[in-house]
Amino acid sequence: MYLKITTDHARFRNIIKGKVKKDLRKYISNAESLGVKGGRYISIPMPTIDLPHFEFGKNEQSGVGSGDGKEGDSVGQPEDGDGGGKAGNAAGTHIQEVDVTLEEMAEMLGEELGLPRIQPKGDKNILAQKSRYTSVHNLGPKSLLHFRRTYKEALKRQISMADYDPLDPSIIPQSRDFRYRSYKELPVENNSAVIIFMMDVSGSMGDEQKSIVRTQSFWIDTWLRSQYKGLETRFIVHDAVAHEVDRETFFSTRESGGTIISSAYVKALELIEREFPPEQWNVYLFHFSDGDNWSADDSKKCFELLEKKLLPVSNLFAYGQVESLYGSGQFYRDLTERFQASDSSSEKIVATRIPNREAIYDSIKEFLKKGL
Amino acid sequence: MSDLPRELALHKEEIEKIASNYGLDFYTTIFEIVDYDVMNQLASYGGFPTRYPHWSFGMEYERLSKSHHYGLSKIYEMVINNDPVVAYLMRGNSLMDQKLVMAHVYGHADFFKNNAYFGTTNRKAIDMMANHAVQIRRFVENIGAERVESFIDLCLTIDNLIDPRANFPVESAQEASAYDVDPSRLPVAKLKAKDYMEKYINPPEFLAEQRKKLLQEHEEKRKIPQRPVQDVLAFLIQYAPLENWEREVLSIIREEAYYFLPQAQTKIMNEGWASYWHSTIMTKHKLEDSEIVDYANSHAGTMSMAGGRFNPYKIGIELFRHIEERWDMGRFGTDYDNCENIAEKKAWNKETNLGRKKIFEVRKVYNDLMFIDEFLTPEFCQEHKLFTFALNPKSNEYEIASREFEKIKQQLLFQLTNRGSPFIFVVDGNYQNRGELYLWHRFEGAELKLATAKESLKTLFHCWRRPVHIQTQLQDQFKLLSFDGKELSEKNLPKEEAYTDGWGRETEVPD
Repeated sequence: MYLKITTDHARFRNIIKGKVKKDLRKYISNAESLGVKGGRYISIPMPTIDLPHFEFGKNEQSGVGSGDGKEGDSVGQPEDGDGGGKAGNAAGTHIQEVDVTLEEMAEMLGEELGLPRIQPKGDKNILAQKSRYTSVHNLGPKSLLHFRRTYKEALKRQISMADYDPLDPSIIPQSRDFRYRSYKELPVENNSAVIIFMMDVSGSMGDEQKSIVRTQSFWIDTWLRSQYKGLETRFIVHDAVAHEVDRETFFSTRESGGTIISSAYVKALELIEREFPPEQWNVYLFHFSDGDNWSADDSKKCFELLEKKLLPVSNLFAYGQVESLYGSGQFYRDLTERFQASDSSSEKIVATRIPNREAIYDSIKEFLKKGL
Repeated sequence: MSDLPRELALHKEEIEKIASNYGLDFYTTIFEIVDYDVMNQLASYGGFPTRYPHWSFGMEYERLSKSHHYGLSKIYEMVINNDPVVAYLMRGNSLMDQKLVMAHVYGHADFFKNNAYFGTTNRKAIDMMANHAVQIRRFVENIGAERVESFIDLCLTIDNLIDPRANFPVESAQEASAYDVDPSRLPVAKLKAKDYMEKYINPPEFLAEQRKKLLQEHEEKRKIPQRPVQDVLAFLIQYAPLENWEREVLSIIREEAYYFLPQAQTKIMNEGWASYWHSTIMTKHKLEDSEIVDYANSHAGTMSMAGGRFNPYKIGIELFRHIEERWDMGRFGTDYDNCENIAEKKAWNKETNLGRKKIFEVRKVYNDLMFIDEFLTPEFCQEHKLFTFALNPKSNEYEIASREFEKIKQQLLFQLTNRGSPFIFVVDGNYQNRGELYLWHRFEGAELKLATAKESLKTLFHCWRRPVHIQTQLQDQFKLLSFDGKELSEKNLPKEEAYTDGWGRETEVPD
């Protein structure tokens, strides 16, 4: 039976997406309050769309229920969906969870921020083989038996052999009736990219700062993932020394001590040289810090490293300075001074300051607007 | 669409026969088997295969399919008031459940055909909905999807402004009469008198006053509307300067609102009646021994009042049984009511055996409001542990407020009166002689929600294209909310200026 609900449903989804888009800035700044389901959906809580009516107001939130209890006993809370014995009376606004896929989110992000599509470098001719189970064979393991096809074959055979009795419709497949699911090899384009996130975890980076980094990394990750099929992410934390860590550690460690930024850049360089040959990989470097480097000499060393080694092999180097109470923010100044806009090498460098959550939106825009 | 499998078809035939033997009377009833997704889609459309295109159905679908997905809810039965009655069975339900649903559906089918409030509904509803869909799709093509959609949005915000008594023909508000004459030529009633007594018996001042009154009355008759009109939609369709397609869309929304009206007016009775019959048919005829436990489980699930929930199925079926018992034992009439001996009253049994007859009569002429008003008894409230609850603003929790019979009944009646919506009338279509629309919220103790009221005013403005006002009341203060196309305003209204059942003149106010 064909029903038209798909159209209405799609229209509703569009309205919802429009609403999400309208408040995108808010959602971007508070991505942590959104649930990410199975790495594919973001579920966004939003009020249900109620068409306003002439109706009774709050002072009429009463009704009739049934059950045990004496006067004054609680029977539920207003906000929860259908508990509490709401006998036909509308309570406050209801919240619905709207699932938006990460791809859709990335698309909105791209449209809202005006992000350009990325032209991947690297060898488009590198094709990987991927197998998908879309075909049927007459040989195969029992575990891949295709029951319906097998049944069909057996039925066909029995009918053609006049062996089928509609009053006793038992079908007995023979070995030549058996059909098995099988795979087909599909070539896939392989534009690979890697993001290397680096974060300063010295004593001056507090929880709020880290949370900002986490939120921003999430969106960057989401956007780049929509641009590349195979995206790798790597994480480096540093104080006076740098370590490569996994995702959880990256976002949860709290270390203390001084800050030697160059240690992270050295580590990143090692990583690139070891695992991601630049002729095949699009390399993205993101570094978050509060901008307090140990010494001016080390900063110099950093710039040296950037100019000579890192920039030539990467698509983009982005520096986000999360402002904290204690940071002097010197690194940002030095960096922007060193790489003036006119410099050819500074084309790939973006630096922003992120004083608070609200600035995340603009910072992302700044980071990704070049479409490198 | 699939035909019923043979086994189900046999059961259907049997159940239909049993239902007829009990005296149930229904149009031909067709069952269709659908899977859960189609069921959810149909449910989003209120059971109909086709509705006009609108996102709100998509929203409902999203909600239903999600709650199905999370295992929160499952739609058991769905039945459309139509000739023939169409009902859906969920593919994959157990045979016992299918039998239960079929028995239940025959209860509904009988109710649709026989209850007086359904008497005027369009029995070709499936066709009607499909025609509406075609019409609106045509508007979408010719006018543009966005304009049509946003106009439907508007219409849906005022679709509750209809007259719940309109199932029965009401005299038109603006009746023309063949006897209409120029009022200045109307004779003033005089007493008979001899010439010389004339000026004493019919003093000229009095006559002049009478004539003035007559002219004034005539002037009022020209007012639009003459009497407060509760069917605001009809008023707009008739008088608002709408474009033709808008008028058509509004008419469609209104027609559908009236189609669904009796279902809202008889929810408790309708479900109670259907449950009464599925219970009777199943337990007396259609259950196999092996199905008893499953049946009890399903039935109890439907009847559950867990968590203090008010369940119309449960209250309905129990009230019908309560009535049946009372009329079987002769517990009605003055003798019983006046009996003050508790022991005697408790043992009262005159073996009148009128129960079955009585409940058939009740299902024919009552709606929920009258049903509760007449048959809810203190004993019933006690037996079913009914209570009223109210929101405690301090703890932000609902708390049991009372177990007094009067309070419970009052609360239920309040919720059922005008489907729990405020009474709103058009009282003037030419307010202050400036063509502005004046609505009146008849205050009965419950205040309007101002935020949504203001939104609805905007809708009305869009239709009326002149400033619109609604008079309401916050506690003792009269308020006038207005929208003039640019801004919303809210002002206190002195008592003298407020419309109270007719601006000082005597007008009959419908209740």
